[in-house]
Amino acid sequence: MDLVNYLYLASILFALGATTVLLRRNAIVVFMGVELMLNATNLALVTFARMHGDITGQVLAFFVMVVAAAEVVVGLAIIVTIFRARRSASVDDVNLLKS
Amino acid sequence: MIEFEAPVIDWAVLMPVLVVLAAGVVGVLIEAFVPDRGRRPTQIVLTLAALVASLVSVVLLWGRVATEGYAFVVNGTFLLTPFTLGIQAVVAVLAILGVLVIADRTRTGEDAFAPTAAAVPGTTYEDAAREAGLQQTEVYPLVLFATGGMLLFPATDNLIVLFIALEVLSLPLYVLCATARRRRLLSQEAAFKYFLLGSFASAIMLFGIALVYGFAGTVSLEGALYVLTHPQSQVLELMPALVIAGVLLITVGLLFKIGAAPFHTWVPDVYQGAPTPITGFMAACVKAAAIGALVRVVFTLAAGLDEPLRRDLEVGLWAVAILTMLVGTVAAVVQTDIKRMLAYSSIAHGGFLAVAFVGFSETGAQAVLFYVLAYGLATLGAFAIVTLVREQDADGVVLGEATHLSQWAGLARRSPWLAAAFALFLLSMAGIPLTAGFIAKFGVFSAAVVAGAWPLAVLGVLASAVAVFFYVRLIVLMLLTRPAEDAQETEHPAGDGVAADGTGGPEAKEEAPAGEGATRTLAAARSTLSRASVVVVASRGPATVAIVLCAVGVVLLGVVPQVALDWAAQAATFRPLQP
Repeated sequence: MDLVNYLYLASILFALGATTVLLRRNAIVVFMGVELMLNATNLALVTFARMHGDITGQVLAFFVMVVAAAEVVVGLAIIVTIFRARRSASVDDVNLLKS
Repeated sequence: MIEFEAPVIDWAVLMPVLVVLAAGVVGVLIEAFVPDRGRRPTQIVLTLAALVASLVSVVLLWGRVATEGYAFVVNGTFLLTPFTLGIQAVVAVLAILGVLVIADRTRTGEDAFAPTAAAVPGTTYEDAAREAGLQQTEVYPLVLFATGGMLLFPATDNLIVLFIALEVLSLPLYVLCATARRRRLLSQEAAFKYFLLGSFASAIMLFGIALVYGFAGTVSLEGALYVLTHPQSQVLELMPALVIAGVLLITVGLLFKIGAAPFHTWVPDVYQGAPTPITGFMAACVKAAAIGALVRVVFTLAAGLDEPLRRDLEVGLWAVAILTMLVGTVAAVVQTDIKRMLAYSSIAHGGFLAVAFVGFSETGAQAVLFYVLAYGLATLGAFAIVTLVREQDADGVVLGEATHLSQWAGLARRSPWLAAAFALFLLSMAGIPLTAGFIAKFGVFSAAVVAGAWPLAVLGVLASAVAVFFYVRLIVLMLLTRPAEDAQETEHPAGDGVAADGTGGPEAKEEAPAGEGATRTLAAARSTLSRASVVVVASRGPATVAIVLCAVGVVLLGVVPQVALDWAAQAATFRPLQP
């Protein structure tokens, strides 16, 4: 099978993730969109690594996983704090900061 | 079987970053092992010592890097150029000043951070934590980690490290934004917005990195440059569109960190909501580091693009610069909140910085270096002063910062020195002669003219002229207007101010766990417009030192800029290494 197909898949997943971030209202779902983008990037990286016969892409994918995990920790902590204070995790309700 | 060959590492070159990150780790251990009472002083001493050590090692490395042109570790994974060292020096200096402001507890004996940031605003648990005198000293290691990321950000030739540095820089800042002692709902909201948009931007940048890797088969900037300049050496027959899209996405990620339009929407919210010392730290240091990284990436890759593409990239940066200056200045004019106004002014400064990118020249890099220093000093000083101007309720209890512009009326009568320093910082941001801002803006615009982009320079000057309006308006307000708070005090009983704090009025306290309680806390936070009287609290020292140093720096850079200009010129002899 042609490796380029994986790149198409990665691009589609990335676009789906970005759309999720832009359109969905629930903070958790928005955050899942970001995670989807990161994982789509991982797929692209691994595919490129395979195409180039080079291991750098795989190493980078590992780093991305670690960073994504760290981001989950910080992100969920912030979302949970917001939820505990307001009983809502909707992106639209977070609107105190407006001029 | 292949033997593992340990890389030779030149530890001296890593020193500026390593010291700060190691101190961050030690700071975490201090949190675990040092008893409560001694924790805060230990952390402050450690943090300042680490930052000073980092600055010293930058200075020590300077001679070597300036003569050799570069110094690197493990194939450019960590690469010091004179320009990078210049940015690192600026970041270290600004971080030291930032930490001084962060460490100040003022005469109220409370710093700007929540006793326990995990407590739900307006609960009895929070009150108990406050009464027990708990303090969140984790702030200092977090600042150190963020600073470490900032020092690493412009110092790499490797896109993996660039991404890691971006995250090391951002993640602590997300957390720090959520830790304000007062107006906690706003603070948490700022962290929330910063986090969601920040992680979105870094995901976009990461995809850009993946595309560049796909094009070049390497994550090294030099490698990518080589493939760009030698098209026949392409490993794969992939479309050049990959690298264009990749560079574009990476640039978007970096522009987001700088807060350039159209990626600026997070800036006002985050700057307003975050604890003010953190806002100052963030505004000054993150911008310096991100601009440094942008210069490295864009200048390097632009050298390899062919003429039409280079032109396109330049036009794109033109558009960003113009849009950013416009958005920043026009929006700042209509702001009523001082932190928000400073945030928009910070966006506008991002636009002025982007002007220097035109032509991708050494003159531009020099102008950038001087500008981030001048801008950083003025911004840090201004936010440091904002931390000292507070609200006060009827019983004389000092509350949060008085951020509404009308509350700054007649500040000169209350505290002439503070008002004078604030006016100085504002004048420097406006670019009035004899302040650092003038020399900085002059450098940026002349770099644009040298590169043949005089329309951009003209627009920049016009935008500065508009900016002068709102800076001077604030100065007039502070110096000439009579404070009109007596009338307000009778209109709004000061009790409103307590609830508006988000630290919890009585009603929010009782019912916070129920849904109704949450909405009432929200309603209380929304009523921030009711204002209490204004008081200028005395600093316990560190913040005053920071303000004085910033003011002295702003004046010195404005009156005798030659030393700094020479240094910046020497640092800007930045050219990509040819592999």
